[in-house]
Amino acid sequence: MSVISPIRRVNDFVVRFANVNGSGSASANELFARAVLRMGVPVAPRNIFPSNIQGLPTWYEVRVSQAGHLGARGGVDLMVAMNPQTFDKDVASIEPGGYLLYDSTRPMPASRLRHDITTVGVPLTAICNAEYSDPRQRQLFKNIVYVGALSALLDMDMAEIERLIGEQFKGKDKLIQPNVHALQLGRSWVLENVSCPIGLTLARADAVGERIFLEGNAAAALGAVYGGATVCAWYPITPSSSVAEAFTRYCARHRIDPETGLHKYAIVQAEDELASIGMVIGAAWNGARAFTATSGPGISLMQEFIGLAYFAEIPAVIIDVQRAGPSTGMPTRTQQCDLLSCAYASHGDTKHVMVFPENPTESFAFAADAFDLADRLQTPIFVMLDLEIGMNHHLCAPLAWDDSRRYDRGKVMTAEELEAGRDFGRYLDVDGDGIPYRTYPGTHPTKGGFFTRGTSRDRYARYTEEGAPYVDNMQRLLKKFETAKAVLPRPVRRDAQRPAKAGIIYYGSTAPAMDEAIGMIEAEGQHLDMLRVRAFPFHQDVEDFIARHQTLFVVEQNRDGQMRTLLVNECGIDPARLIPILHYDGTPITARFIANAIGAHLDDLKVTPIRKIGA
Amino acid sequence: MTYLAKPKFHHPSLPKNALGYTHRDYEGSISTLCAGCGHDSISAAIIEACFELAIEPHRVAKLSGIGCSSKTPTYFLGHSHGFNSVHGRMPSVLTGANLANRELIYLGVSGDGDSASIGFGQFAHAIRRGVDMVYVVENNGVYGLTKGQFSATADRGTKSKRGVMNNDSPIDMVGIALQLGATFVARSFSGDKAQLVPLIKAAISHRGAAFIDVLSPCIAFNNHAGSTKSFDYVREHNQAVNKLDYLLGRAPIAVDYAPGTLQVVEQHDGSKLVLRKLKDEYDVSDRVAAMNFLARHAAKGQVVTGLLYVDNEPEDLHLHLATVDRSLNSLGDADLCPGAATLEKINASLR
Repeated sequence: MSVISPIRRVNDFVVRFANVNGSGSASANELFARAVLRMGVPVAPRNIFPSNIQGLPTWYEVRVSQAGHLGARGGVDLMVAMNPQTFDKDVASIEPGGYLLYDSTRPMPASRLRHDITTVGVPLTAICNAEYSDPRQRQLFKNIVYVGALSALLDMDMAEIERLIGEQFKGKDKLIQPNVHALQLGRSWVLENVSCPIGLTLARADAVGERIFLEGNAAAALGAVYGGATVCAWYPITPSSSVAEAFTRYCARHRIDPETGLHKYAIVQAEDELASIGMVIGAAWNGARAFTATSGPGISLMQEFIGLAYFAEIPAVIIDVQRAGPSTGMPTRTQQCDLLSCAYASHGDTKHVMVFPENPTESFAFAADAFDLADRLQTPIFVMLDLEIGMNHHLCAPLAWDDSRRYDRGKVMTAEELEAGRDFGRYLDVDGDGIPYRTYPGTHPTKGGFFTRGTSRDRYARYTEEGAPYVDNMQRLLKKFETAKAVLPRPVRRDAQRPAKAGIIYYGSTAPAMDEAIGMIEAEGQHLDMLRVRAFPFHQDVEDFIARHQTLFVVEQNRDGQMRTLLVNECGIDPARLIPILHYDGTPITARFIANAIGAHLDDLKVTPIRKIGA
Repeated sequence: MTYLAKPKFHHPSLPKNALGYTHRDYEGSISTLCAGCGHDSISAAIIEACFELAIEPHRVAKLSGIGCSSKTPTYFLGHSHGFNSVHGRMPSVLTGANLANRELIYLGVSGDGDSASIGFGQFAHAIRRGVDMVYVVENNGVYGLTKGQFSATADRGTKSKRGVMNNDSPIDMVGIALQLGATFVARSFSGDKAQLVPLIKAAISHRGAAFIDVLSPCIAFNNHAGSTKSFDYVREHNQAVNKLDYLLGRAPIAVDYAPGTLQVVEQHDGSKLVLRKLKDEYDVSDRVAAMNFLARHAAKGQVVTGLLYVDNEPEDLHLHLATVDRSLNSLGDADLCPGAATLEKINASLR
């Protein structure tokens, strides 16, 4: 029998916490992740949670990577197994040579452990029962006790953890000491009873820099505050609810009139998604910046209204935090599976604008931009997040705002212009860009009033069912869609160091895994160009990129290759040229998966064969 | 039916209101509804009410869903912005519009199919939220544009023109509006302009969710014997509880009435609703009694009309949301954007 030696790594490993939902573990786990970050070492934490409030298994994974790889890696080096329900599976998922930390108050028989890993038993329950009499305290502090244990096992900087606890309970100071005490309990027990540290250790580094640690949903909500949204109408749905909740929080801090205490915003929790988008459309029609946040099932419900907004040309911002479909699907798992239902939402011929942020930094920027885009283009704008971006903390570049920037309210004719006799046709293309002028209701007593409708109309908004004005209008809408290409975020290209015949197209939350994967592919001597698509309709750069490469991989997180379908459909690409690389089991895509899948194709294509990149 | 544009000239001696506008300034394009349609009478009543109140036409936003009734906003207030939205969803669009600009008057026009069938949920929730609006349902019990199918307000036991019996229970929109907290509830009849016009005026001046159910017979599909929404049936079973005089400002009440026959409701803006009682026991400020009264009379097949309930201290959605006095759509960068320095602080708090 081969002997597997314990993994020995500094600042480069994956810790996974297996917990029971509702046991109060989330804040302790986050404390651990933040403490690593405070030591100057990048982390990428992920919640892997069920659609449940209490009782079902939940996991929290922290990837520690001084090199800055923030995508999911796959595999677990240290399992903190706190859930008896999933113990066996959790133990089985540890990498050979890895480590297990478990509550050994009732020691596990050897048959349920593994000989190729290092097991550390800490009697957490016994420690807590000896210290606390209140059952709730016993439960909550157990979480802090295991963080204390980890601090010793991984040689963490205790002062950073204590400082974080101080910050967390600022204002509730009497909670600080008990938490620090619980931390010490775990740490002391381990220092006395276990040989510390284990093979995985943390060392202070300087690899975090100015970066911030933030969830995409909160970032998008803050983007809406900065972008000037005043009306938010929403219906609770995982994984998007925290967008509206964060918007509420940020507005309470930044949008209250200091003199009157009144609100410069209106947030309505609607009765359903139909009402949410209806309110957004009503508010935007009336000149306010309005948005909703939802997920796939909400997009399905909004279809009719989205078609109205497209055809009647009303701005709307829809933040879609995608989750695994179809139907209810896997509500707490991530996917990029709403591209087609958003791109062509509603009956009849429609096309909609989408932007694809890669992380919270872009979620902030694109959400803010979306309000300018919606006003400029007078159409719905979809900001396509997913659960991976939205509900996890990401280490990302600081948010930026240029104070000289002014909101672009688009083409709005004023009372003065109307009074001066300027011709107003609501659907008249005066500038040749397909974008007509609009007026806000109540602008002028006798001029500029018009009837907004979902029925066909002429250039002056008069109802008609005649063919020619209908076609004229539909063609103008296409022209407007062309105009959109120039004002949307351009794709980001990263060329290989040598001329490459193959290219990779990807978008959204695939980015961190892709960034890491390209390094693995290059280490195998392969060179591929990369293009990160950031918007639909596609910029000319996308077509040029495709034209320049013989082979293209389209990497995405859905079953049917939805981005690939859009490329084929909108750019007239031969489908055979676009090789889909698809990951859609609900977990975030990993660098290992991408590198292996692309590697296998490159082997098949007999472009310089490479060996598979080891898992 | 005609597609002719309405001529703009008018007789020079047409009466003008306080703003110098004539009736013609409140009209829209020519109706394309059937000749004799009750809905056209309601449009005329809206025009009359706005003229008499001397409202600037462009300060009204008129919103509707889909159906015959929802087509009518084209036929009145031609200078106002209108929004013919999607079927059953006018209430949400109106709610959003109201949030964006609290300074306009919001007139929602809907039908029984639009509000009681496909849009029942949105109707209920807009009323619940207390959106400041006038919500008019032009109620004829059938779908006109699709040729005479029953809607959800059709009474049980009524017969369609094709002889089909309706076995489903009716939705009484007035009862629902009362239950869900509308602060102004009325029912009227398209054939009774003298009753309807003051009700619309009072509803417009009301600062809260005002609901008016107007029975409006469908001349083409629901005006036959066996219908409870026909002209004849409504005339025969109409039980008006009061007659409303709407008084602007603080004008004294000039007319003498026998003691106990008058109920005066003073509204927030100082306007007065002067109600001549036609039913002695009826009190428009008692919501629970109103529901009881309606239920008793409905059981006898009677159609209770008039101002049924009014709360003279209404609350509305903006009050509940504590929004600023300025309309949200008038706020700009300086009001809304916290700026780069604040963002730096936020960044610092995220490290």
